[in-house]
Amino acid sequence: MKRLKLDQFLSKLGEADALEQIQGLIVGLRNELRIDHIVYHWVSADGEQYGFGTYDPQWVQHYVDQEYLRIDPVVLGCFQRFHPVDWKRLDWSSRAARGFQKDAIAHGVGNQGFSVPIRGPNGQFALFTVSHATDDETWAEFTQSTQRDLILIAHFLNQKALELEKGRAPEPVRALSPREIDALTFLAMGYSRGQVSEMLSISEHTLRAYIESARFKLGALNTTHAVARALAEGLIIIGGAARAATGNWPGRKVPRAAAN
Amino acid sequence: MLRYLTAEALAAYPRLRDSMHRDRTAQFRDRLKWAVTVDADGFERDEYDAMNPLYVIWEMPDGTHGGSMRFLPTSGRTMVHDHFPQLLNGADVRSDRIWECTRFCIAQGAGAHVAGALMLAGGELMRAFALTHLLGVFDARMVRIYNMIGATPEVLGSTGEGRDKISVGLWHYRSQDRQAVLRRARISSDLSEYWFSRSFGHPINRRIAA
Repeated sequence: MKRLKLDQFLSKLGEADALEQIQGLIVGLRNELRIDHIVYHWVSADGEQYGFGTYDPQWVQHYVDQEYLRIDPVVLGCFQRFHPVDWKRLDWSSRAARGFQKDAIAHGVGNQGFSVPIRGPNGQFALFTVSHATDDETWAEFTQSTQRDLILIAHFLNQKALELEKGRAPEPVRALSPREIDALTFLAMGYSRGQVSEMLSISEHTLRAYIESARFKLGALNTTHAVARALAEGLIIIGGAARAATGNWPGRKVPRAAAN
Repeated sequence: MLRYLTAEALAAYPRLRDSMHRDRTAQFRDRLKWAVTVDADGFERDEYDAMNPLYVIWEMPDGTHGGSMRFLPTSGRTMVHDHFPQLLNGADVRSDRIWECTRFCIAQGAGAHVAGALMLAGGELMRAFALTHLLGVFDARMVRIYNMIGATPEVLGSTGEGRDKISVGLWHYRSQDRQAVLRRARISSDLSEYWFSRSFGHPINRRIAA
């Protein structure tokens, strides 16, 4: 995918606030990538399923009716892994798995697949899958050229699903660490990354790790989103309260001369 | 050569697996005197080995272990959070795009190129899986090795003194570092791609940016 196309997709995804919009974006992405299917599949600890994508609704219903969740090597394989996996690398040796694969192919899923396991906050588990009917070589070329993009899309889709389906999330947001609160607070106050890293006496790269960690815990799409969410949840406080706080706030004109 | 194997997949390589756990005993118990658990077979193992981590292993020509490290995503349980939270200095780094790297081990007598190859593999994982950082736990000696191979981590916190010092640090991914790391490891880009692809079934995207 061209970088611009990916950016466009992610920014449209960021703006989407309804499932139908995401479904539309996924169909568009599927057409763009010229593959048969793109699917997002969230499996709760109690076996409840939620998702969206381009599979035939009949197949989705059939999958639920047959309780394929219990034998699907893609779900089982992704649950044990934390890195993306080509379906060829999964264990299809059992009779049940082979029967399932035959059924899936008959329902147009395709003989090739690539799935990205996603671990959200508080042990949330989901997977993002692309699948297609083609030969091994064509598929290897496709996964090679797009896997990085697919991983990014998977993470962003999951953040969006967490946002839209807050009630499904296992537990409320995980507490932010003091360092993360500092970082988001200063960003919310309008300081640049460079300035914030200086204030916290850490490198900009370390600051980025703190921001990435805060973003993950908040189930946010990006830094701006993470700051907005932290503000909305009352995890960080800026404005009047911050100005009134004691302590040496950066950028604050401390009237040292006047105080003395 | 480099192999990327989950604990599950490593079971198919008993010679590689057993020699890795023995080399870990030699490094962490015998040389570093860490209070690690060694079983009756002389294998150093801990609870994280039971969590199906991803290992990167340098395999010697005879099929034994030359060096290795172990990865788990920080969105789940990790050694840093369970055992060294104070070394994070008030940070609590957790993300599925930041993986923890532990048990960096070099077999006795293995050359410096092994450390270089492992660092290359760490970069390849970040590149392949769009990771932003690796979070590591390491001893004082490793800091010198990391410096030597040009992959100096940013230390977040340390405990202990001298050779007993244990630190927690971060590596961040920079695509421009790859050529230098390849050169130092004396491994070609194609070969590294080949090793990756043999383990994961597909090569890494060769384009620089996503």
